[in-house]
Amino acid sequence: MAGDGTVKLIDEKGIRLDGRKADELRPVSIKIGVIKNANGSAEIRMGKNIIIAAVYGPRELHPKHRALADRALIQCFYRMSTFSVNDRKSPAPSRREKEISMVISNSLSSVVLTEKYPRTTIDVYLQVLQADGGTRTASLTAASVALADAGIPMKGLIASVAAGLINDQVVLDLFDIEDQKGSGDLPLGYCPVLDEISLLQLDGVFTVKQFEDSLNIAIKGAKDLYEIQRDALKQKYTDIRAEVEVPEKPKAEEPKVEPKVVPKPVLKVEKPKTEEPKPSEDDKREVE
Amino acid sequence: MGDKYIISEIEKDHILSLLEQKKRIDGRTFDGFRDIKIETNVVEKAEGSAIVTIGDTKIIVGVKAVLGTPFPDTPESGVITTGAELSPIASPYFESGPPSEAAIELARVTDRTIRESHCVDLSKLCVVPEKHVWILFIDFYVLNHDGNLFDVAALGAMAALATTKIPKVKVLEDGSVEKSEEKEQIKIEHYPVAVTCYKIDKYNVYDPNFKEDRVSDSRITIGFDEEDRIVALQKGYQGTYKPAEIMEIVRESLNVSKALRKELMKSLS
Repeated sequence: MAGDGTVKLIDEKGIRLDGRKADELRPVSIKIGVIKNANGSAEIRMGKNIIIAAVYGPRELHPKHRALADRALIQCFYRMSTFSVNDRKSPAPSRREKEISMVISNSLSSVVLTEKYPRTTIDVYLQVLQADGGTRTASLTAASVALADAGIPMKGLIASVAAGLINDQVVLDLFDIEDQKGSGDLPLGYCPVLDEISLLQLDGVFTVKQFEDSLNIAIKGAKDLYEIQRDALKQKYTDIRAEVEVPEKPKAEEPKVEPKVVPKPVLKVEKPKTEEPKPSEDDKREVE
Repeated sequence: MGDKYIISEIEKDHILSLLEQKKRIDGRTFDGFRDIKIETNVVEKAEGSAIVTIGDTKIIVGVKAVLGTPFPDTPESGVITTGAELSPIASPYFESGPPSEAAIELARVTDRTIRESHCVDLSKLCVVPEKHVWILFIDFYVLNHDGNLFDVAALGAMAALATTKIPKVKVLEDGSVEKSEEKEQIKIEHYPVAVTCYKIDKYNVYDPNFKEDRVSDSRITIGFDEEDRIVALQKGYQGTYKPAEIMEIVRESLNVSKALRKELMKSLS
């Protein structure tokens, strides 16, 4: 954290620079089926973050020797677009991107029933189109929805959000400026159904008490986020039903439509009010 | 570490059945460490260096100081950058080639412990703002892998940093910088250490040897400074934790960190 605590990020009334309260998430919307060719996909918008997750697989793994005899391998590829941040990001994969890909993959592997698909790979591609702080957590949130959209069996969805410290106060879901000027960041990946933590990282300076408070506020935030994930998934089936149930009047002997072959509808979820788009940087201070 | 090394089920069962009886394969307690040895100034040409061994795990760390230009957004700060190599010299399961995920994670988690603790005041590494700052490259090479790389790497990085001497510099009239023969010790403001707790089935152990490391379901590495603050944390592997379990581990690891810091300070005195 580059933050030295000198920038005022939260006022006396507990209102943050973007008008949120300490324990408030940014406006979130999740849209399913955004990539036609993928087996499952999701787009998440969280604050000014825009991230697309696409799942391909289970499919054959190359090179084959990397395949696991008893389960599927989950490979994640977290990538930031060059234009997603203020200073152009180099297109070469950075160490940061590789580490984030790994922790997301570890987290998803804890819920996917990988033993159902031995010797295969499930590839999860995460493309950050615009970064506004908390891209790894938003990516994980979108990835787990995309896996569900692909019909891959899971023990539960993972909801992911960070808590952090700004002016020595614990807050939920840091956006870019708070991430840079604040004094701590605690990304969490949490499965509400299992009450299990599968992603946890931290940088910054926390007392044990601040850590505990941050962990609790992040878990609460993840539970709220989980409801939004579920709604997005349910909406998909609501839309299918709407499509199926509108009868075309003239044809009386319309055969029953098999829900499985209905093309994937694109779900419309209300977009959050975005002010003028202002790109931002994510974790830039980390030296690559 | 990838999945190249498959431990036999019978060996895993053996480790587990011992854990059920509160024992470990080499007779230690769950939070018992193997012998720790820290040797500093092992490489004369490096500005700072150390070899740390815990049990049969051995890591060498070297610090090179190079004059360079600062990042545009921090024109008055020096730079610390960390690299790790899991060289095939250290284990039959390491391969040569570009850094693996495991090496990247090891370097970045150690980097966070060093950086976030503010153990070196980066503004003191600035020579001429926007033009010349010291860049400290902390690079470590695993020489023998017998588990618990994170704790060993952080100890090594701190021991090497604390013994780092950089040349005194003179700024000439034309703005260029001249290094003198004379060197001065960099000042260390904090002494962070990293403690990793490994979870095997439902048991939490510290300082695993290679086999225990290999059968672990998950691990949590926590960096603590001497004021008992958490400066870095990383959950690794694919296993999961209940929220209450995390807090238990934080408190237990904090105690372990004090013993590790004692070893570090002893080697520096």
